[in-house]
Amino acid sequence: MEYTAQDFKKGQPRWCPGCGDHFFLASLHKAMAEIGVAPYNTAVISGIGCSSRLPHYMATYGMNTIHGRAAAIATGCKVANPDLTVWQVSGDGDGLAIGGNHFIHANRRNINLNMILLNNRIYGLTKGQYSPTSPRGFVSKSSPYGTVEDPFRPAELCFGARGHFFARAVATDAPGTVDILKAAYNHKGASVCEILQNCVIFNNGTHDAVYNKEGRAKNAIYVKHGEPLVFGENNEFGLMQEGFGLKVVKIGENGITLKDILVHDAHCQDNTLQLKLALMGDGDGFPVALGVIRDVEAPTYDDAVTAQIEEVKAAKKYHNFAELLETNDIWEVK
Amino acid sequence: MTVKELDQVVVRFSGDSGDGMQLAGNIFSTVSATVGNSISTFPDYPADIRAPQGSLTGVSGFQVHIGAGKVYTPGDQCDVLVAMNAAALKTQLKYAKPNATIIIDTDAFKKADLEKAAFQTEDPLAELGVDPDRVIACPLTQMVKDALADTGMDAKAVLKCRNMFALGLVCWLFSRDIEIAFNYLRDKFAKKPELAEANIKVIQAGYDYGHNTHSSAMNVYRIESKQKEPGRYMDITGNKATAYGFIAAAEKAGLKLYLGSYPITPATDVLHELSKHKSLGVTTVQCEDEIAGCSSAVGASFAGALAVTSTSGPGICLKSEAMNLAVIMELPLVVLDVQRGGPATGLPTKSEQTDLLQVLFGRNGESPMPVIAATSPVDCFDAAYQASKMALEHMTPVVLLTDAFVANGSAAFKLPNLAEYPAINPPYVPEELKGTWTPYMRAENGTRYWAVPGREGFTHILGGLEKDNKTGAISTNPENHDLMTRLRQQKINNIEVPDLEVIGDVDDADLLIVGFGGTYGHLRAAMDELRAQGKKVAHAHFKFINPLPKNAAQVLKKYKKVVVAEQNMGQLAAFLRMKVDGLVPYQFNQVKGQPFVVNELVSAFNEILNK
Repeated sequence: MEYTAQDFKKGQPRWCPGCGDHFFLASLHKAMAEIGVAPYNTAVISGIGCSSRLPHYMATYGMNTIHGRAAAIATGCKVANPDLTVWQVSGDGDGLAIGGNHFIHANRRNINLNMILLNNRIYGLTKGQYSPTSPRGFVSKSSPYGTVEDPFRPAELCFGARGHFFARAVATDAPGTVDILKAAYNHKGASVCEILQNCVIFNNGTHDAVYNKEGRAKNAIYVKHGEPLVFGENNEFGLMQEGFGLKVVKIGENGITLKDILVHDAHCQDNTLQLKLALMGDGDGFPVALGVIRDVEAPTYDDAVTAQIEEVKAAKKYHNFAELLETNDIWEVK
Repeated sequence: MTVKELDQVVVRFSGDSGDGMQLAGNIFSTVSATVGNSISTFPDYPADIRAPQGSLTGVSGFQVHIGAGKVYTPGDQCDVLVAMNAAALKTQLKYAKPNATIIIDTDAFKKADLEKAAFQTEDPLAELGVDPDRVIACPLTQMVKDALADTGMDAKAVLKCRNMFALGLVCWLFSRDIEIAFNYLRDKFAKKPELAEANIKVIQAGYDYGHNTHSSAMNVYRIESKQKEPGRYMDITGNKATAYGFIAAAEKAGLKLYLGSYPITPATDVLHELSKHKSLGVTTVQCEDEIAGCSSAVGASFAGALAVTSTSGPGICLKSEAMNLAVIMELPLVVLDVQRGGPATGLPTKSEQTDLLQVLFGRNGESPMPVIAATSPVDCFDAAYQASKMALEHMTPVVLLTDAFVANGSAAFKLPNLAEYPAINPPYVPEELKGTWTPYMRAENGTRYWAVPGREGFTHILGGLEKDNKTGAISTNPENHDLMTRLRQQKINNIEVPDLEVIGDVDDADLLIVGFGGTYGHLRAAMDELRAQGKKVAHAHFKFINPLPKNAAQVLKKYKKVVVAEQNMGQLAAFLRMKVDGLVPYQFNQVKGQPFVVNELVSAFNEILNK
């Protein structure tokens, strides 16, 4: 059966006009239609926060649950019914602050979840406190003199938890977002998609450098597996390895040709260079990496649970409650 | 030597944690149960991770109560105490009756052993004031070594058989058929026949030792079986029975059983037990924390499984928010709380009933939740089945309360026939409602219908925010919230539970003894004892606490005096006073982490009777 974005739409979103969530929602509807899994075989599970309202605008099964627990709830849902396609949606507070523990363990276990992290670096629903992704020194209602703590970088957390899939898109970039959502669906295992999303009210401009097409042309690099890492308005720049790090080079200068440019390998087990790509763009002169940065196959938890059950079923001689009772030491009183 | 007929006897095996006292006790209870005696057992193990060998903190005990008629508790104090070393004698003597027979291994009462057990003198019996005539002192270790001398077993393996010598001796003392023990061991060690035979050899040696020496001319006892209930039996602990109850309920309901859990004493054995049974399709996920244990179970419930999360009191604190999510989403969930001593980490290996008000009221908002409290190790099976049925049929989280005493204690379990158990019929949304159905549409009894993902035409969004009763959309409408609060309460009120049963002097008792959950056996035994003294007493025990049985008020107001006896500071009493107008019960409260002592209950109740 063919689906359209309309088949996944429901209700009228209540986010502020201009909120990045609107853009993301449209891309999610589109991606789901292209993926083609029926709405009734899809579950969208969120926690609490502005972005966690998202399931209410989906014509799928779903839950808008409690703060921070979306990944844990999605885990039970997927393990209990592996036939469902499960999307877990959280903001940076829901996913990385109160829900940080579940985020890392879902990655470590490699549950086949599509985990969306809508990162606006602010608490919007509670009206403007800093989040675990706000930069050091960030001034907010709860940090009037600037924060005195370093933020999480989501990719680092994902990789530290042995994550096998990490991709990034800007909410306003529909094709880029749809691309990574489809890649996340196609990846078997926990797939983290970081969506850079603007909060027009409490953190306006946080992703300005890459929020429009012109900015992305200058300040972002679209990474594609098997292709050289080039960027710039005319693809005139590229990335090369230098020592333990990366460097930006201009193609055609100093004898550098396209052949010298690092070729992206999203499937490489070793995540060292993928992490370097993921961490670029923090005011360091490097572009922000967009696209699928890491996509490595590994056994999934839900498959392994099912396989183990089948294995033990074949090996053991008891398969119902009555037979289970007979495995005990039994005596008869006459 | 004479053979004396006994109605009941309590044996306590005690030794170092590694001495295998539990196995010896289990075999003794199985041997007794096989001839039709009633049994009740209770292990008492130390909280220390691994205390030094021979030390006072490393002693573990296993108490077995066997009776010709029905026994309800593992017994207050023992008639026979087996002390495998000096530390065991010192710490366990307080659990022995003044005239109890004491069996000691003199090889474990050497100077170093006495020092480790902090004895001041070289005569531990005199120091503790034990009459040597009550003591069977045998060089047990040496005799085990002799018995196994020609087996070629290494010294360590030989020493592991010491428990079997003690078992053999106790079997002789109570005229038990040791062939039953032999068969048990041959079964248990079917893959290691040489180990089975070594153990059997040692049991025989212990038995013969008793027989040949008449053990310093002690009496030998017999416990005949008077109330045999024919059938096939197994020994079962409360935790295992709980796990079996969930398995049975899932099979009856035709659902996958999902357990989300995090290890916590004394509930972990439920996780262990369920993890074993993958051949029945049981799915267990050991989560990253208690919160995830409950949250993942909520997710599994949404996906259409019989979802369970297991824990003890500290875990309930952490699960409360996710339990509440199941309340507002009206999804089935069973939350098992194996109560232990608190607050905070408290007494992890000990037993209390101190979580009652927490599970009833310890959540934000109006959060009605059924509570069922299992009354004995064997009752854990039915209680788990009933909790699952209630959750599934009424679309609600249900708390199943057990406690360390019930969870670790064991008794003979008559193999249940699942065909005789009531059907479990979750309120799946009828197909004909397709197109008009909304998530909070209710069946006649006020229960929300269940639409499991995967069904076409019933996609919907649930959540922790209040929803409109009609559309299922998020709603902050004041009238709607008031209505939804009442509907959720009414749904729980509508649940049918069995009437409260009164036993004893039902019509003319001067005192009604009231309790809940795991104290059933002790309160029942106390009532029997009081009636044997000629007192008019009755006993009513709550298994279903929320909702209360419909006749609860009527029963509680029928008697002149009512005493609520519980292992907390009066939580059930407080709840009953809230629910039953004008009820002012006497209270008996003890929070020692130990089971009630029947004699103490009897004297406390006598005092109330005399007031």
